[in-house]
Amino acid sequence: MNALLEQSIHGLHASYLDGSRRPTDTLDECLAQIERTEALGAFVRLDQAGARRDAEAADERSKRGALRSPLDGVPIALKDNIITKGLETNAGSKILEGFVPPYDATLVTRLREAGAVIVGKTNLDEFAMGSSTEHSAYGATKNPWDPSRVPGGSSGGSAVAVAARQVYGSFGTDTGGSIRQPASLTGVYGLKPTYGRISRYGLVAYASSLDQAGPFARRLDDLAVLYLAVAGFDPKDATSHPEAVPDPNACTASGMAGLKVGLPSEYLTEGLDPEVESAVRLAAKWLEDAGAKIVPISLPHTRYALSTYYLIATAEASSNLARYDGLRYGPRAKSTDLARTIVESRHQGFGAEVKRRILLGTFVLSAGYYEAYYARAQKVRTLIRRDFEAAFQDVDLMLTPTSPVPAFELGARLSDPLAMYLADVCTLPVSLSGLPALSAPVGLSSAGLPLGAQLIAPWWQETRLFEAALVFEARTDLAQRAPPAAYAADSS
Amino acid sequence: MSLSSLSEVRERFEIVIGLEVHAQLCTRSKLFCPASAAFAGDLANVHVDEYSLGLPGTLPVPNRRVIEMAIRTGLALRGEISRRSVFARKHYFYPDLPKGYQISQYDQPIIRGGVLEITGDDGQPKRVRLNRIHIEEDAGKSIHRPGGEGSLVDYNRAGVPLLEIVSEPDIRSPEEASRYLKALRAILTALEVSDGNMQEGSFRCDANVSLRPMGETEYGTRCEIKNLNSFRFVEQALEYEVSRHAELLHEGKTVTQETRLYDSDRRQTRTMRTKEEALDYRYFPDPDLPALDVPQAWVEREAARLPEMPVAKFERYAKLGVPRDAALFLSEERELGNYFDAALQAEPELGPALAQLIMGEILRELKEDSTGIRQAKVSGPDVAKLVRARSEGTISSTQQKKLLTQLWRDGGDVNALLEGEGEQVSDSAALEPIVLRVIAENEAQAVEYRAGKHKLIGFFVGRVMKEMQGKANPKAVQDLLVSKLGGGPS
Repeated sequence: MNALLEQSIHGLHASYLDGSRRPTDTLDECLAQIERTEALGAFVRLDQAGARRDAEAADERSKRGALRSPLDGVPIALKDNIITKGLETNAGSKILEGFVPPYDATLVTRLREAGAVIVGKTNLDEFAMGSSTEHSAYGATKNPWDPSRVPGGSSGGSAVAVAARQVYGSFGTDTGGSIRQPASLTGVYGLKPTYGRISRYGLVAYASSLDQAGPFARRLDDLAVLYLAVAGFDPKDATSHPEAVPDPNACTASGMAGLKVGLPSEYLTEGLDPEVESAVRLAAKWLEDAGAKIVPISLPHTRYALSTYYLIATAEASSNLARYDGLRYGPRAKSTDLARTIVESRHQGFGAEVKRRILLGTFVLSAGYYEAYYARAQKVRTLIRRDFEAAFQDVDLMLTPTSPVPAFELGARLSDPLAMYLADVCTLPVSLSGLPALSAPVGLSSAGLPLGAQLIAPWWQETRLFEAALVFEARTDLAQRAPPAAYAADSS
Repeated sequence: MSLSSLSEVRERFEIVIGLEVHAQLCTRSKLFCPASAAFAGDLANVHVDEYSLGLPGTLPVPNRRVIEMAIRTGLALRGEISRRSVFARKHYFYPDLPKGYQISQYDQPIIRGGVLEITGDDGQPKRVRLNRIHIEEDAGKSIHRPGGEGSLVDYNRAGVPLLEIVSEPDIRSPEEASRYLKALRAILTALEVSDGNMQEGSFRCDANVSLRPMGETEYGTRCEIKNLNSFRFVEQALEYEVSRHAELLHEGKTVTQETRLYDSDRRQTRTMRTKEEALDYRYFPDPDLPALDVPQAWVEREAARLPEMPVAKFERYAKLGVPRDAALFLSEERELGNYFDAALQAEPELGPALAQLIMGEILRELKEDSTGIRQAKVSGPDVAKLVRARSEGTISSTQQKKLLTQLWRDGGDVNALLEGEGEQVSDSAALEPIVLRVIAENEAQAVEYRAGKHKLIGFFVGRVMKEMQGKANPKAVQDLLVSKLGGGPS
């Protein structure tokens, strides 16, 4: 076990400040760890040259005592649907093979300004469509707690990069649970902020009304640093929230005293793994011990969330993915006929799951079906949101499972799309409502797999998520416990 | 019997036309991104950025100026400004459409209704109702190389802001359609929302046309003719289409609903796609753009800034005694109208003479130079000075013409030039011999004049001026002629 790799971001920063460490040393450690654990398939692309250059620049700043932020010189990873200038971005799809963006996503610009060292791009389900990181044109990512199992998805690569100590933090995107569910399955913290909190400018769009970026970390103080570096208004995103971002670094576990935490009954019923349920109930007990009052609540429209999500997300996806025609970027199929060129480029470029969602979404928006499906789904979405509005009149926070089951076997759900879709049943209603939510590790299953709990706060109340999660962090060191595969190469 | 002549058609059928105009807004940047919206001529793909090219991850942010221009247009055309409107995506695949969809407005446009007043075919004022005005982004431009050499795409225009102005089917002839378009273009240029440049594609139109038997209240089957980019093509295409429908109906056949293209070389329309081939655009609200809420303050501010509308201008000119044709022309051509107004401000009494000079000499000069009036070296007030001098008789019309040409070419100080030209002969002692000689040489006209045909005085003045090579004061010449001829209007 390498002690440096278990360091916190604040700890690293302190060692840069007192000169006991240099950012290039940290980068070397991370690159070595990435190589040791390469079999997990967390990364699709490393940017060794770029990372080296940035780390050396951080070295210089460190010597001059001019570090820009706690993230300066800290190696991090980005999901490969986050646009990076000069660094190929494929979003897990063949249709973007060879695409080198000429611009940075806003969150990348902010990370660079903070001095973060971007080590590379992580694997994901193609266009973030999936819950296992198996639907990638560049191979599946494996769970470091059990490499025969999935890490969850779609941000599986970013979750694993953090869980396997390859980097100090990473960013993913969450459309229906794509940060929270892999965080839960790999035993790390994952935050999906309120929709509009982090700029979507430069995220390869899947479903625009749901997509939201967020960080993964092994510690809550790391998570707070990462989140704060990128959150806040961006004039390039018309759905971006204009108000200031409350600082989660100021949160303490004592903030839970006197708060009311709702346990929605709809999330604790059928299909739920008993070990997941007992982990969530244990987490509730911890909150109670910290002075919170636990109350049962009901969110009656929860059962419509899955179908509502798959109508809205696929409709938006069919539109967002219309630009991939092979004409301006990405591979172009050979044909002399324009229509055939477009059809063939898309046929060859998209994987099966993406095609399935484009077809569904195209149907949903078609003349004659729009009212029955898309318009109706929007109405149900409002009802789901109102459930939360009403419940938050009474409670300050909610606690649910993140995933109904721990990590499942690779390939187990590939042939059954519906079973795969059910992996997100606890996270979808939150996405449809635009609420902030955090997945925290709260236990291990009897098979040694991480179990996660989802905290849900009212809109723009991310700090409350941190307050509750701090209670968990004080009661379990799970996230700071390295998974078996993190150091596999050392022991074998 | 053939029904090919339009007048025959018009006796039997009523022509029903509705127009959809796409006017490019003259903003600095594009509708949803900071790239330049300027026309780049032959330079392809220079006004593009990551959004214009539809690169993954890019997002639209509405240009505030476009919203203001739409409001101004809505107010001028007396439409209802929607407090809340929605941007929607319209999907189709084509290489010049970089995102695979166009951002437009669908069931919630920014302006509903409206009215445009034109002169109807009966010469009476006619109100053409508007259905809606909405904001949308333009596509790029495909350039198809001949002989299967492939196609090129220029994305300079992709994302440039357009206003689509949709009329009700209230237009009843190709001529009315043309007048509607001229009036609309005049309003948009007066509002400074569009330059109305048809060659550059800033103002183009789709026309819906159908015929119905006289007295019928149901509309006939319509055809849409796409992308007409000159007033002349609109008229020609509509005339062709009207005849085509009339012949079909006359022969007992039916018109097929379809979208057609106009071939200006052959002066024909041809099928582009039939109703069965119509595209399902799968409109839905753009999730990247929140609903557009227009603050009342914006509406009030735009209302306060509305300039004089062409119709009001026309009436003002007509009241000054400017002939109708000239008044209409000057009211619809914004730049020339402004020039005229500048001249009028200097010489409010001389409206008709100023209009005559602008419609004559100045238009001729403009055509020869093919430059804009804004680049002219001689200003409106300078022109007013020339016309004043002419009306006072200190210069002749020949001199006025000469001075204008000189000023137009070289510029210069109009006062100094007038002083120079002012050294003309007005002394009757010097003029008398020539006046007497002209009278003697034109005995017959002198007799007629004395018999009461007083307008012949112009003839005599002209002769004397010619003899003097324009270097005489026409007023002095006339006074002298009247006294020498005798019996004149004194």
